[in-house]
Amino acid sequence: MIELLGIEEKTYTLNLGPQHPSTHGVLRVVLEMNGEFITKAEPVIGYGHRGHEHMAENRNYTQFLPNMGRVDYLHALAYNQCYCMAVEKLLDIKVPERAEVIRVMTNELNRITSHLLWFGAYLMDLGAFTPFLYCFDDREQILDLLDRITGSRLTYCYYRFGGVPTDIDDDFVAGCRAFVSRLRSRWADYDNLVTKNVIFINRTRGVGIITREQCVKYGITGPNLRGSGIPYDIRKSEPYSAYPWFDFEIPIGSNGDIFDRYVVRLAEMEQSLRIIEQACNKLPDGPIMAEKVPKRIKPPVGEVYQAVETARGEFGMYIVSQGDVKPYRIKLRTPSFANMSFFPEMAVDNLVADLVANLGSIDVVIPEIDR
Amino acid sequence: MELVAQFLGSEGARMVVGLIAVIALVSVNALFLIWMERKVAAHMQLRPGPMEVGPHGAIQTVADALKLMGKELITPEEVDKPVFWLAPIVIFLPVLLSFLVIPFSSTWIIRDMNVGIILILGFSTLAVLAILMAGWSSNNKYAVFGAIRSVAQNVAYEIPLLITVMSIILMVGSFKLSDIVAAQSRVWFVAVQPLAFILYIICATAETNRAPFDIPEAESELVAGFHTEYTGMRFALFFLAEYTNMFIVSAVATVLFLGGWHGPILPGVIWFLLKVYAVIFLLMWFRWTFPRVRFDQLVTFAWKILIPLAFVNLLITAFVLKLR
Repeated sequence: MIELLGIEEKTYTLNLGPQHPSTHGVLRVVLEMNGEFITKAEPVIGYGHRGHEHMAENRNYTQFLPNMGRVDYLHALAYNQCYCMAVEKLLDIKVPERAEVIRVMTNELNRITSHLLWFGAYLMDLGAFTPFLYCFDDREQILDLLDRITGSRLTYCYYRFGGVPTDIDDDFVAGCRAFVSRLRSRWADYDNLVTKNVIFINRTRGVGIITREQCVKYGITGPNLRGSGIPYDIRKSEPYSAYPWFDFEIPIGSNGDIFDRYVVRLAEMEQSLRIIEQACNKLPDGPIMAEKVPKRIKPPVGEVYQAVETARGEFGMYIVSQGDVKPYRIKLRTPSFANMSFFPEMAVDNLVADLVANLGSIDVVIPEIDR
Repeated sequence: MELVAQFLGSEGARMVVGLIAVIALVSVNALFLIWMERKVAAHMQLRPGPMEVGPHGAIQTVADALKLMGKELITPEEVDKPVFWLAPIVIFLPVLLSFLVIPFSSTWIIRDMNVGIILILGFSTLAVLAILMAGWSSNNKYAVFGAIRSVAQNVAYEIPLLITVMSIILMVGSFKLSDIVAAQSRVWFVAVQPLAFILYIICATAETNRAPFDIPEAESELVAGFHTEYTGMRFALFFLAEYTNMFIVSAVATVLFLGGWHGPILPGVIWFLLKVYAVIFLLMWFRWTFPRVRFDQLVTFAWKILIPLAFVNLLITAFVLKLR
């Protein structure tokens, strides 16, 4: 029709963000549009750049620790743990068993808060407001628990080189048990309200497909990778900390669409609950801090790489030490950056409505991309 | 004295009194509905909602309205000024006029026109024009998006709505709203035409641009859709129109399907309002439960499912009526 009338088809530019309700922070996407279809999407990142890697070069090892909770504020403890483990590797410190189990417990609780927040915020992107508040109600319980032992509610800085500074008590364990049964009783609600909702299924099934090849090509990790059917999880493939002591599964999807990623995240929360439950049952006694931790952290010359599984995927940390009190160089491999790099390809030839759905489904934390 | 009496008995007096009553009702109703929406939403979301201003936040919306009145009316540089100014008025007036024919009870009706239902449906279509005006004149890509979506959506949903209403009119044989209510003195039409009722409620939700069909103002995609650039009282007029529109579609649902003012013991007006607010509650329930439908799915749903269903319903109705 358009050709018959001799009208030239033109594209136009739509600027989405950096202040837009569904860019989750300060992401800007410059879109080339043809009607409601996207012909080109170009993310503009860096609005939240704080220079963490450079900061590390100007601080001693201990001073850099609080920065780790601010790279990805939604799963701060995993970043804490990665840094602590890397430095412990450099210093050759063995962390006591009890401290390891406490680390795993708190880390899994934190993973659940991150997934719950994603769940709520993602449905808000799709226009459903109510699940958000239900999730926050659940999340609040974890924040209260973690608040008691770590002293903060979001940007945790709880782990130390060689262990954890404060021990957990019976109240915390009882609180964890109560939370596990509480969240399990909620699954039915979430399923009825969201997973079985026809509108939700129509918007997520077959949309935003990431194939296995694309995952490998772009280095996508985390639930996005597992949604495409590759059972890769650092907790299993390169077991660290106390994870080998626990029995849990790696949930995977099959189609790699948004719905699969959603299901994987929900199943992951259930697996985290399993880990927490087991940890409550077999919490070992003993010290929470290694004995031979030097007052002044001055690792020997060497290089170390440590990876952990965060809620968003593989977070890796590469530290180069030249035997100084400050690291010579720290490189952060953040999962959202790799996941986001696939986004332009994902957005093209889709509707704006799907752009929002896709962007939300890969669960990016913008400050973590910007670092 | 005689002149006054003559005036009071005249058509003019009826009109004046009626219009004042309508304006009062519209404002009070909108204030109440906004408060009700916030409360309903809050209780569905495990929170108390507004609690500070007045008992249980009852006059919170009055405070909000006062605040909006005090706001500056910003007119962005690049807008098409006359159209930009006109749009909030154009969206509000037809909504107001629709009240003229709504039968609140057998006697509480300003003008019982014999084309009542046509008048309401006709005027409600005008809202699309206002949305298009607002979106286009704003000179904002998001607003244009909202406006274009709104037009496509309203065209798609007007048709099944009209066909559904036709099946009721076939049964009654009159466009007069009071006749339609009178025909339901024994059995409400919702029992006779359940499919039509469901179709009507779906279309009405889309007509009022409410979730799950709130595509024109999809917050997570289009910021605020067609009224992105509006501030202060102009924005408030869009808001007022939206909530008044909700009242009207619910009132029409009550008239067409729920037996209007019919009901035991209580006076007719009370029954009518009860039913209207029950339908409104249903619409609010939808909004706070469902995610948003994607735009293309929404239009496909209208053309491929709703319209054929409405036609089937109309055909069956006609067939049954002919057989009787």
